[in-house]
Amino acid sequence: MPGLSGRMSVVIKAKISKLLDRAEDPGETLEYSYQKQIELLQNVKKGIADVVTSKKRLQLQEEKLRQQVVKLDTQARQALAAGNEELARTALERKNVAQTELQSLDSQIAELEGQQQQMTESEQKLRTKIEQFRSKKEVIKAQYSAAEAQVRISEAATGVGEEMADVGLAMQRALDKTENMKARASAVGELEAAGTFEDLTALGSGDDDIDRQLKQLSSTSEVDSDLEKMKAELAVGSAGELGPGATGGPAEREAQQAGEAKQ
Amino acid sequence: MIVRIATEGQYELDEGLSAEVTELDNQVIAACESDDETEFRAKFDRLLELVRGGRKFRDDELVGSDMILPPPDVSLKEAKAEFSGEGLIPG
Repeated sequence: MPGLSGRMSVVIKAKISKLLDRAEDPGETLEYSYQKQIELLQNVKKGIADVVTSKKRLQLQEEKLRQQVVKLDTQARQALAAGNEELARTALERKNVAQTELQSLDSQIAELEGQQQQMTESEQKLRTKIEQFRSKKEVIKAQYSAAEAQVRISEAATGVGEEMADVGLAMQRALDKTENMKARASAVGELEAAGTFEDLTALGSGDDDIDRQLKQLSSTSEVDSDLEKMKAELAVGSAGELGPGATGGPAEREAQQAGEAKQ
Repeated sequence: MIVRIATEGQYELDEGLSAEVTELDNQVIAACESDDETEFRAKFDRLLELVRGGRKFRDDELVGSDMILPPPDVSLKEAKAEFSGEGLIPG
């Protein structure tokens, strides 16, 4: 039969006959195939778990970025309130970068979630398919031991062999997809581990330079206000020490005279 | 005739449909050879639709297929690889 299906059939059927020829005990071959399928299904499940882990890591990163956006916003307000417009601008610029990163993370997480969903569905389908294979395996094993059903056996053997190859194919495709997803998830993870996000937005528990400048600013203004207070105190104090005949105004003189009269 | 859609299941089709199946099959290959993704998708989907119109085999029925179609989500690239001998079925 020419055509794609024809070639598919040739490839599959050649492999099936090789598989069955090699088998001294078909029952054993089927059993082995079934065990192999269970093993592969575990790999698919593990693959899904890895993707979930990567997704969770990204979500954690997303949360950190969200906090960073809030923090940078607060810093900008503080800087502006302190009259440092340039610093406020820097903080706002970083906030902007963080927000862009956040959007990109959002879409990557959404994509991973979609793929995870798909994988979970195909894992369930595979599980069903393996369960079906288990039933068929039992049928064919029973038939192999019944000598009178020779003709039907070869017919059924073809069917089971085909089924076996087909489950193998379904499994292979599911594994390939899982591998692809894992590769994509870990690519994002590596980006994160390389500190790309941190470099851009100065993430982390330690102080960044905006923090330091703000601290400097606030300490500067504290010094300023202390100085102002001191100046005011000094002004009152020195007026009292100068005594009579000083360059005080009439009000001061009156106050001094009132004081002397009391004494 | 009995047609299997790989990774999906087996269907029994009316013998009268075999000419149409073969025709679509040839069109799928033509699209594949000319690297026409849209045409490949369209014809292959049509072929799947035709096969799925048949009676689906039960789980406890054990028969060999007359024809085996690639998985429904096969890509043009994979189909081409099949032609070059790099099979979809792991050895």
